[in-house]
This record gives sequence, structure tokens and C-alpha cells, in this order.
Amino acid sequence: MCGIVGLFLKNPGLHPELGFHLAAMLGVMSDRGPDSAGFAVYGSSQADHVKLTLRAASAVEIREAVAALGKAGAGDLDSVFHDTHAVVSVPLAREQEVRLLIARDSRVALVGVGARMELFKEVGLPEQVARRFGLSGMGGTHGIGHTRMATESAVTTRGAHPFSTGKDQCLVHNGSLSNHCGVRRLLSREGLTFETDNDSEVAAGFLTWRMQQGASLEQALSDSLADLDGFFTFVVGTESGFAVLRDPISCKPAVMAETDDYVAFGSEYRALAVLPNAEKARVFEPEPARVYAWELR
Amino acid sequence: MRSVDLEESSVRELNGELHRLTPETNETRWVIEHPQGKHAIACGLDAPVTVEVKGHVGYYCAGMNKHATIVIHGNAGVGVAENMVSGEVRVKGDASQAAGATGVGGLLVIEGNASARCGISMKGIDIVVKGSIGPMSAFMAQAGTLVVFGDAGEALGDSIYEARLFVRGSVASLGADCIEKPLSDEDKVILRRVLERAGLSAGSDGGPDGFRLYGSARKLYHFHIDNVDAY
Repeated sequence: MCGIVGLFLKNPGLHPELGFHLAAMLGVMSDRGPDSAGFAVYGSSQADHVKLTLRAASAVEIREAVAALGKAGAGDLDSVFHDTHAVVSVPLAREQEVRLLIARDSRVALVGVGARMELFKEVGLPEQVARRFGLSGMGGTHGIGHTRMATESAVTTRGAHPFSTGKDQCLVHNGSLSNHCGVRRLLSREGLTFETDNDSEVAAGFLTWRMQQGASLEQALSDSLADLDGFFTFVVGTESGFAVLRDPISCKPAVMAETDDYVAFGSEYRALAVLPNAEKARVFEPEPARVYAWELR
Repeated sequence: MRSVDLEESSVRELNGELHRLTPETNETRWVIEHPQGKHAIACGLDAPVTVEVKGHVGYYCAGMNKHATIVIHGNAGVGVAENMVSGEVRVKGDASQAAGATGVGGLLVIEGNASARCGISMKGIDIVVKGSIGPMSAFMAQAGTLVVFGDAGEALGDSIYEARLFVRGSVASLGADCIEKPLSDEDKVILRRVLERAGLSAGSDGGPDGFRLYGSARKLYHFHIDNVDAY
């Protein structure tokens, strides 16, 4: 089944509350996906720096691993720890060097890279996962989240959403793709690499590939209608963008609410009912095969 | 009047109370506050009561309804009034997918739009949509009436059996074995009766003449000797 949510804040006054609202939405969607949860938040950025979100098996191990990276040559890393994850801010000039060190340490996985994006995912009830990472306290302009009921692959942290295959790009998916093996082979030939056998990671990779070739987020999603086969509702984030797409037969549920302050997406209206002034929002169901996209001004 | 606040009671408690009502009950008017998109509100009602829901509801609201009148002052999620037997369900806002699915009787009025698969497998229910309907509506419809004041999405009435589909606006495309039919006097009587029951005066809303009728070509569900190679 799975539940997906997204929140794009138009009113800068609400930016400090992004995580608070996203956590409430994820909590409501526990019914649709109690196995694991994940979310990406687009927060602050630092000039000429990139944020690397790292994950390890435990809160102790991530601290040890980040300390070891420092000793191995990465130096004194500017790190913020959230349970099993750490967000490490690295000068752009040293990004490749630090990433090579990360790749050599089998204890850590690199789950997301971006100027603004931080990405967290873990096995467990969504409400607990959000609490462990302290989502309620995170600010930002937009964020997406996922609650997983695994059907195609095992309940593991690696299999949890969102999937990120490019800088500041991430995707959550409700549904299943039937041609993901073929598309993965195509994208592998194009130089993309995949961490899992998950179909949703292929969808994220497809969008990354199209955007690398110059497509806008909106165009990349339109292209996916021709090349991805299966059931899907996608919610996608980029550094400045937020978009939604449903498959041509609208197999998976989706509902949106828009006010002067925000645009919100939920698998069900229940997830939107927790937002401020939801009862006064314009509530609509996105049409099948139509790309809905918003950009930060 | 009974008022139930779903911030204080569970849907299970509410539905339990509604199910215990007898046909002779004096508690004939119920108001549900703060539905917050919860699922299965006022499902399986068997008593002739009126239930007003003040807000948006989730999946399967008013499903399997028999005798009750249920008014939703908001939008409805997937499968509103699914498998209705009799009675009336009215949605003041929009309805999500599969509104009125498999209904065998009663009346469903949607004052806004309905999305995909409205009236899928309908078996005798009357559905009136004042707005437009999404793709694949009335898929495998078997009996009943679907009246749409706005437009219909793609593949209307795919694999239809014997339901009447009246559409006043445009139809994006017709599904397999669904064709436009001439509007007979009998059809007009049926359409007028459904509109009157829905509280919509036929005259002020354009009347039966403003509608086109779509139904089954009866080539798909009757055996045809030319198709023998397909078996």
C-alpha cells in the first residue's frame, strides 16, 4: 500500500514549522505503511558547501564512523547527528575527497547529497522514526515523506524511501513499476549507479538522467510517462522544486490541498487534515498523467 | 438531533450506534462533526435516518447504505456510497474515485466533480453528477442511470451491459462496446424522474433535451458468430 506526503511552503513565515507539519502528516499515514519511513527536508544552505547525509547501523556507530573519517584524512567535519544518521557539511572543493573516504568505510552509507537536502530513513513505525530523527524541529521550504508497506522487496532501511540519485533530488513512490529492470540497464549504460534492486530507485534515477540532459523537473516527469510502465504516484523534490505525477490510470490515491501559505500532497485527505486551515484549503485530486510542479520564487 | 464529534468518538463507536437503530427509531437526525477524512463513516446503515457529515470524509463513506439519507458537507474519498442498496447519499463537494461503485439501488448525488471510475460496475443505482466525471467511468455498468451535467473522461462505459449514461457536456472517448443512442421518450421519462428525485428541476438545468444518451451496443456480451475465432 504505502503512504506518501509532501509539503511545499509558500509563506516564508511557516518555514520554521516545516518539520512539525511533515511529522504530523507522516504520523497519520502510519496506517498505510507501518514497516518503515523516510523523509527529505530542504533546509538551509551554506555557500560553497555541500551536505552529505550518512547512515550507519546505530547512533553509536555513526559517531564512531564520522570520527574515523576525520582521522582518515577528512579533518574536523562539521557534523549534526540525528540518531543513526549524520549530516556532514563539506566545502565543495573537498567533496570528492570526502566521498572517497566514505566509500571506503563499510559501516556508512551515503543516503543523500545536496546543497539543501537532508534525507533520513529507518525501519519502524513512521511516528517513531520521525521522533528519533527529530523531524518536528527541522525547518525548511519543502519536504517529502513516505511510509512503507513493503510488497516487492524486504523491510530494510535501504529499501525505504525517499530515494536520491542526484544532488538535491529525491523521490517517493506509491505503486510498483513493471519495467524497472530494463530501465535500470538503460540508465546503468548511461553511467548511473544504483544502491538497491528497488523499482522506485529506478524512477528517481530516470528523472536524474533526464535532468542531467537538460530537462526541467516538469519535462523529466512528462518523459517518465512514456518510459516507465506500471502503477505510480510520484512526489519529487529538487533544490527549488516540488512536483507530483500520477500514472495514466490513476491507480494509486492522491489528494492535494492548496492555500496561500502552502501546497500539500497526501495519499489520503486524512494526512492533510492536520495542516493549518486545511478545512479552508482548495482540496483537489491530481488528474492522471498530468504533471503538477511548483518552484520556489 | 444527535451530534457526534469524531474528535471524541471513534468511527467504530459511531457506526455501532447507527447500526443499533431500529426502523421505528425517533433519533432520525444525526450530525457528525470533525470527520477529518476518516474512513468508513456511516457505513452499512439500515434505518431511515438522516446523517449530515460536516466536513471532508475518507474512503467508503456511506457504503452499503440502505434506507438512510447521508449528506456530506465536503469532499468524499474513494468509494463513496459503494454498493448502496437504497436511500440517498449527497456529496456537496467533489468525490474521489469509484463513487457509487457496484451500487444496486438508491440515489447518489455529487454536486461537484467525480474522478476516475465513477459508477464502476453499477447494478441499478442512480448517480447524478453536477460537475464532470473522470476516465473509465461506468466501466462494466450493468443497470441504473448515470447523469452527468459536465464532461466525461476517457473510455466512458467500457464493456457496458445495460445501464443508461446521460451526459450533457463532452465525452473524451467511449469505451469498448459503448455507443451513443437516440434519446427515446422512455429515456426522457427516466432521466426526468432521476433529476426530480435529485432535486434538480429538469427545466432550469437544460432539461432532458440537453443530454446525450450512451449505452451498450450489445456486441461484446452477446455471442456473435463472427467472433468465434476469438474463443
